[in-house]
Amino acid sequence: MNFESELKKGNLVISECIDCKKITWPPSEFCNQCLKETSWRKCSDLGKIIEFSKQNDIYFGIIQFENSIRIMGKIISGNPEVGKTVQVVECGVSDSEYVLKMKVVEE
Amino acid sequence: MDKVAIAGYGITKFTKDDSKIESVLLNSSRNLFRNSPNLTQKDIDAVLVSSNNNSKYLSAILSEISGIQPKIAHTVESLCNSGTNSIVAGYSYIASGLADCVLVSGAERYDSPGQILEWDKFRGEFKHPIFWASIFSKAYKQKYSIKDEDLALVSVKNHKQSINNPNALSQKEYSISDVLNSKKLTDDLRLLDCSRPCTGGASILLTSEEVCKNFTDSPVWITGIGQKTTSASFTKNLTFDNMESTKNAAIRALQMSKHSVADVDVMELHDAFSVCEPMALDSLGMTQEGKGMDMVKEVYETENTKINPRGGIIGSGHPLGATGIAQTIEITQQLQSVAGKRQVDNAKIGLVHNMSAASTSSTVLVLEN
Repeated sequence: MNFESELKKGNLVISECIDCKKITWPPSEFCNQCLKETSWRKCSDLGKIIEFSKQNDIYFGIIQFENSIRIMGKIISGNPEVGKTVQVVECGVSDSEYVLKMKVVEE
Repeated sequence: MDKVAIAGYGITKFTKDDSKIESVLLNSSRNLFRNSPNLTQKDIDAVLVSSNNNSKYLSAILSEISGIQPKIAHTVESLCNSGTNSIVAGYSYIASGLADCVLVSGAERYDSPGQILEWDKFRGEFKHPIFWASIFSKAYKQKYSIKDEDLALVSVKNHKQSINNPNALSQKEYSISDVLNSKKLTDDLRLLDCSRPCTGGASILLTSEEVCKNFTDSPVWITGIGQKTTSASFTKNLTFDNMESTKNAAIRALQMSKHSVADVDVMELHDAFSVCEPMALDSLGMTQEGKGMDMVKEVYETENTKINPRGGIIGSGHPLGATGIAQTIEITQQLQSVAGKRQVDNAKIGLVHNMSAASTSSTVLVLEN
């Protein structure tokens, strides 16, 4: 199991240290704090918009998950604003690029 | 620790030419030899090459085709700040006593692989630099109530200044409306807000204090160096409205030079995109946070060319591995008062700001005459 093989199956996973419990990002077999081994676990599918812009009719932005990791992806529905919550609707690997599509969760 | 001088330089015109990387390296090195009549190949202890090109052992190749058999030869690659980082490596060889005379040569082709970062996969399909630039622009505009037409002034100013730089890629002036009406790449970035990849080379000769007088009567001294790398991934930047690595590098470079930021007379800043110039001014401490655009407006209105006199990266073009060296050559010429139409009056202390990978790494140099 690794990050990319899980992402190919549509699962967003993160690497958490088996010892100090810190999350290492980008995902890695080893913790970048204490250098011990990490284990993989599912990441929350709810994230927060840190910043965003728009190309043609598609919004893209930096999304933060679990108050820790940040990924760029597409925001395919809703009206994005900094600080709003988004939910992952699709993730995977296409042409060796990571794909992340989200929708805004209106509160 | 030995003092380190810039004792010579050579540069090529920046173009869209389909030249071999080895030829680009050799051409700026030949110009350096031509500009330094007393310099022979035997004087050179080290050959350092700055490039993101995929070719291997370019420093050995450059040495071979230019007739040098150096003690030390290797490549320095760190994306867009490879140029200043190779100068820092050369500085260190001299300061430590391992070398007295170092040829630092940077070159890149317009199709450099350094423009796309394979490691940084968490940008997903938004890997091209225009996407981090859009995020920076959006965040900076939002935080400091700055408009697209404000940022467009950076491009207008730097294209105008590049007219007096015969080696610049751009030789054309643009108006604010030209920038705003240029191709819209994203909601926060127009084509003329961007620097352009190109083919170009730049070489510099570093020497110890003792040796420099053999080659020049007007050495320029490297008196401050600061470098900082915070990560290798764009999304790891803590904020998107300033440059943390630049702040850190600037503080240490100025401390080492024993000068304050207010002492700087002329500077080359890493304006890869319009927003980078005011952000760099903020992060270097030239202005209060968020006031960088006011400084750009002021220098433009008073026809003061002390910020990016050669046209910066937007006007000159961005041959990645050559950029930091070309910036350093410009400041050297300014401090030697040989910059011709680009000359800033009475320049004694100059600064170079060179960064890479969406400001996750920065190098700042302070130079003095």
